[in-house]
Amino acid sequence: MVVAASTCRTETVFDYSWMNVVIAYWNRYPNPSSAHVLTEDTIQREVRDGKLFSRRLLSKTNPVPKWGARFYNNVPVKIVEDSVLDPVKKTFTTFTRNLGMTKIMKVDEIVIYTEQKDGSTLAVRRAYISSQVFGFSRAIRAFGIERFKANGNKASNGFNYVLRRMFPDSLVGGGHHQHAVTTTSSAGELAVATTTVSTTNGNHNNPGTLKSAAKVGYEFFKSHASKIAQLFSVKN
Amino acid sequence: MSSVGEDCNELKQQYDACFNSWFSERFLKGQTDDSACAPIFRIYKECVKRAIKEKKIDLREIDPIFETGIEDDNANRSAGNHQAGKS
Repeated sequence: MVVAASTCRTETVFDYSWMNVVIAYWNRYPNPSSAHVLTEDTIQREVRDGKLFSRRLLSKTNPVPKWGARFYNNVPVKIVEDSVLDPVKKTFTTFTRNLGMTKIMKVDEIVIYTEQKDGSTLAVRRAYISSQVFGFSRAIRAFGIERFKANGNKASNGFNYVLRRMFPDSLVGGGHHQHAVTTTSSAGELAVATTTVSTTNGNHNNPGTLKSAAKVGYEFFKSHASKIAQLFSVKN
Repeated sequence: MSSVGEDCNELKQQYDACFNSWFSERFLKGQTDDSACAPIFRIYKECVKRAIKEKKIDLREIDPIFETGIEDDNANRSAGNHQAGKS
């Protein structure tokens, strides 16, 4: 089975110093745009080589679309966020991914926060969305990308709200970046890996096998429809 | 914000408060000694660990990845060099 991934990249400028951004980061939830975030825990943390390493576990709800409500139970999705903060270089990198169901859709998100010349903070957000669902991978990834783009604004609005509240008088960069969320490069497709998964799909060169593989893929898809719908509705 | 373990909320609040002041008052000012919040973190972490177990949240699939090579897909490769948490 082919494992392919889509990528997407967005940039956001926060009109606050890097210091303020990283202080506010740990206090990001709750905010008016985060009603879907249920829990947040720090499960590992340590200082190593002068850098702060943290691992946090988050759980988020997934509003169920009407058509999907009868298919599955609404179980919160678990998300793990690893981060490395370098106070000397003033860089903060977060790496977030969903737990479980990663064959259906795996969303890896990397955000790098750096200080800009004018004192504001630039956040570069990248997502790698992969799916191993045969025949549906592209559609699922496209869906994931759209969701990623749509949620980017919402996430930074929520973060900006917290920043304003914590540092009301500390705007930098003239405040002209407000709401400056730009999608600089849209979804591109990138074949990351071609791996043969177990034995079910056999040889791809044989049309008969391919057809049956497609069927297996479809069955797999159908049986996981509930889980997929659940994943699709997770907000960032 | 709530903890994943309902009975860990109070510990979480205490830890978060400790961490937040340590982070802004000390760490960002160049002091890397993180022992200040270690005792409360230990208790809070134990509580969360229990909750994770009870709720059958499987963390194994992400365990090998806790390394600096975050942008690098080979993060797994170097994970053996530094053990992340001695939790």
